[in-house]
Amino acid sequence: MDIAVLTFLALGLPFVVALVAPALTRLLGHNAAWILALVPAAVFAHFLRFVPEVSNGEIVTGGYVWIPSFNVSFSWLIDGLSLTFVLLISGIGALIVLYSGGYLKGHPHQGRFFSFILMFMGSMQGLVASDSFLMLFVFWELTSITSFLLIGFDHGREAARRAALQALVVTGGGGLLLLAGLLILWNVSGITQFSLLLSFGSELKQSPFYLAVLLLVLGGAFTKSAQFPFHFWLPNAMEAPTPVSAYLHSATMVKAGVYLLMRLNPVLGGTPEWQILLPLFGVTTLVAGAALAVRQTDLKLMLAYTTMSSLGLLVMLTGLGEPYAIEAAALYLVAHALFKGALFMVAGIIDHETGSRNLTELGGLRSAMPLTFAIALGAALSMGGLPPFFGFLAKEEIYAALSAADLRSIVFAALAILGNALMFAVAFAIALNPFLGPKASTPLHPHEAPVQLWLGPAVLALKGLSLALMSGLAHRLISSPMASAIAGEPRSVEISLVPHIGAPLLLSVVTVAAGVGFYLSLARLRGAMATILADFGWGPDRGFDQFMRALVRSAVAVTRRFQSGRLDVYMTVTFILVAVVLLAIPFRYGEFPRAPFFAADVPLHELAIMIIAVAGLAAIMVAPDRLTAIVSLGVQGFAVAMIFLLYGAPDLSFTQFMIETLSVVVLALVMTRLRLSPSDHRPLRQKLPDLAIALACGLGFCLLLLRATGVPFNASLTEFFNQYSKSIAHGANVVNVIIVDFRGTDTLGEITVVMIAGLAILALVRLRAGALKRAAAGAEKVVDEQDVEERV
Amino acid sequence: MKSVIFRTVAPFLSSLMMLFSIFVLLRGHNEPGGGFIGGLIAVSALAIYGIANGVETVRRAILFHPMAIAGAGLLAATVAGLISLAAGVPFMTGLWIYPSALGVEIPLSTVMLFDTGVYLVVVGAISSVALSLEERGGE
Repeated sequence: MDIAVLTFLALGLPFVVALVAPALTRLLGHNAAWILALVPAAVFAHFLRFVPEVSNGEIVTGGYVWIPSFNVSFSWLIDGLSLTFVLLISGIGALIVLYSGGYLKGHPHQGRFFSFILMFMGSMQGLVASDSFLMLFVFWELTSITSFLLIGFDHGREAARRAALQALVVTGGGGLLLLAGLLILWNVSGITQFSLLLSFGSELKQSPFYLAVLLLVLGGAFTKSAQFPFHFWLPNAMEAPTPVSAYLHSATMVKAGVYLLMRLNPVLGGTPEWQILLPLFGVTTLVAGAALAVRQTDLKLMLAYTTMSSLGLLVMLTGLGEPYAIEAAALYLVAHALFKGALFMVAGIIDHETGSRNLTELGGLRSAMPLTFAIALGAALSMGGLPPFFGFLAKEEIYAALSAADLRSIVFAALAILGNALMFAVAFAIALNPFLGPKASTPLHPHEAPVQLWLGPAVLALKGLSLALMSGLAHRLISSPMASAIAGEPRSVEISLVPHIGAPLLLSVVTVAAGVGFYLSLARLRGAMATILADFGWGPDRGFDQFMRALVRSAVAVTRRFQSGRLDVYMTVTFILVAVVLLAIPFRYGEFPRAPFFAADVPLHELAIMIIAVAGLAAIMVAPDRLTAIVSLGVQGFAVAMIFLLYGAPDLSFTQFMIETLSVVVLALVMTRLRLSPSDHRPLRQKLPDLAIALACGLGFCLLLLRATGVPFNASLTEFFNQYSKSIAHGANVVNVIIVDFRGTDTLGEITVVMIAGLAILALVRLRAGALKRAAAGAEKVVDEQDVEERV
Repeated sequence: MKSVIFRTVAPFLSSLMMLFSIFVLLRGHNEPGGGFIGGLIAVSALAIYGIANGVETVRRAILFHPMAIAGAGLLAATVAGLISLAAGVPFMTGLWIYPSALGVEIPLSTVMLFDTGVYLVVVGAISSVALSLEERGGE
């Protein structure tokens, strides 16, 4: 089959399989994971075919036209950057599906979980493969929605629901900023595809809208990638089952923001703003995340905060603009996806097998879980940046980027060493503490995990080792094309396991030494951090709650203000506006009628009808009770219908008669149900303003009509309808022919409105009737209870 | 309603009005009338019947829930439009056929189906409101 068709299928497959996943799980139980994992595996295999082409520096694009009038297409862009991402997403995705087969074994909603995680996977790979802006945005928001479902999977707990909502609000809100940014980008450049944008050049950087685009895009990327101060949703998202954390926070969700920055680096990057904002936010997140990780004792939370600092590191490297920085970002991204995915899964295994993931409650697991221990150690060595793991290569490259002798580099290098050393300490705390030392008693009796659980982390840990050992091949196939795509120009990654004596190695040694120091004094550091944070008190997490509360409160206040629920207020406001519009506009443009107000010769019968109409109006005003007023309103309406009849509009007049009759009936019925007092008790001080509004409206309509009829009548439509009504629409009644034929679609819309209005009124009447019934029932119940009490 | 005269006359009056409403609907294309006016007359007929003999009687007499009638009307009107689409002309183009029955030529058209739809929507929606307001059960 054609490769474009296959790519399209690969992008859509996870969504399709998500539909059948629950049924499959009902059939096969947790073993369905073996089959479902074939989906990401197939996607992985498909995209693997692009590796030779892409490593030669080629860019593969393809797609289908979607909305041609807006130049929108469903198209993909496969270069070094997106290919690496897609391979990570689908590769780790397959392992995660297997892992969740074991982790959620026997869970009543395991099928639903598979469905969610496959949909998330589909959204994520769509995001990174997108060429068109709109497609990227759609998938971007889809990842927000599907991660909402995943984080809130355990929806019985309030904490999970809150975390899910928080993630949705923060990342979805960021998505809106991104949309705005992309739209401006589109307007400035006239381009809707990344593949064209990359060749657009530096024109954008000189545009006056550059800063706006940059800030909006950063708003999207920083919220998604949990940069300080938007980081709080990430640790809260640990409420999700561990497979979700392992997936979302290693290779996917949170990397989407980093992906976006890397994708846009060639067009937006390299400017002073870019090189200030990104490293600044990145390094703040790096240090803050590492410091917060130290305080935690929950394995997953520790990992979550180190994820935050790793993301900070990636953002910093992307924006740094030094030689080797882009290469370092590419290497570290791959390394992080591997070791963090493995470590999260290890944390999940420990939790699953012992019933606890609190560092202080765990110990001595090495004999019970030797395999898990080995995996954890492998991942931690990579995270700590020690040879012979891939993390070492990444760290060497990072320090190569930071080893310049100017002040900026020294500051960033010092902060990076601090963050990395803290992460080193946390990595080994997770990999060593639960396994070494005396055996601790845990809720469950610990034993080695089943194959579905250990396979994923084992593969990832081994991958971290093998990529480093075969670094030449890995660089040629993956790292160099990726770095080239980020930089927008050919780059080549050379770093290998052979030590190079120089500044980078020295910085590495310093990091490891500091890391060992931090590891040994971890308990003390934890206490110190806890004190600092307790002194600080307020944090963005609480800020989020305050923000949401304020939002709801202001919405309530605004609604209360404008929707008082009092009909008289609505009517007053509406009619004041009508009067203002009718009177102010002619006044502003001097369009008052000039024609004589009264014709000289009004026939006697017309005069009589007008007198009836006015008499009807007068009757309304002096009516002693409401029912009389309603009937008098009918008198006035009938008089108007008579006028229509006299002026040759029998259809209109006919309708007017019927409408008047029915409205009197309906109004009278409503009145009997509303239980109003039979007469109008408004005080004079309210009646007078109401009278003024009514007069102003009446005057306005009168002037408008006089002015409108003063304009010479354009008879072309009349002629058209008269001429063609019979000949092409086979009807002599022009009015009816217009309604049902010439403007039939209009009428279709109108009767739909009639129908919906009818439904709405019916619902309102029923609602009220129901409430009354309930109130009556409640009253009876109270009476019954009193009755019982009296008897007692 | 207590008046015996009104209760006796109401069914006849309503039937006549109902008949008249259909007459108005059908003649609408060439003489004053049409679906909207016809529908309003029919609603008045139902309202009178309801006031005289109670809502339950009316509900039994019209067999269907008024909203179902309105829904059928909307469906008929939409189908009338779609028929043209199926015939390969733009949506809502009037199509006419002239079958003969008993030696009399009867012009039928999608336009008539559409107007009938309008009639039914008006009857259904407005009588549904009027009837539910008349109902005493809620109070």
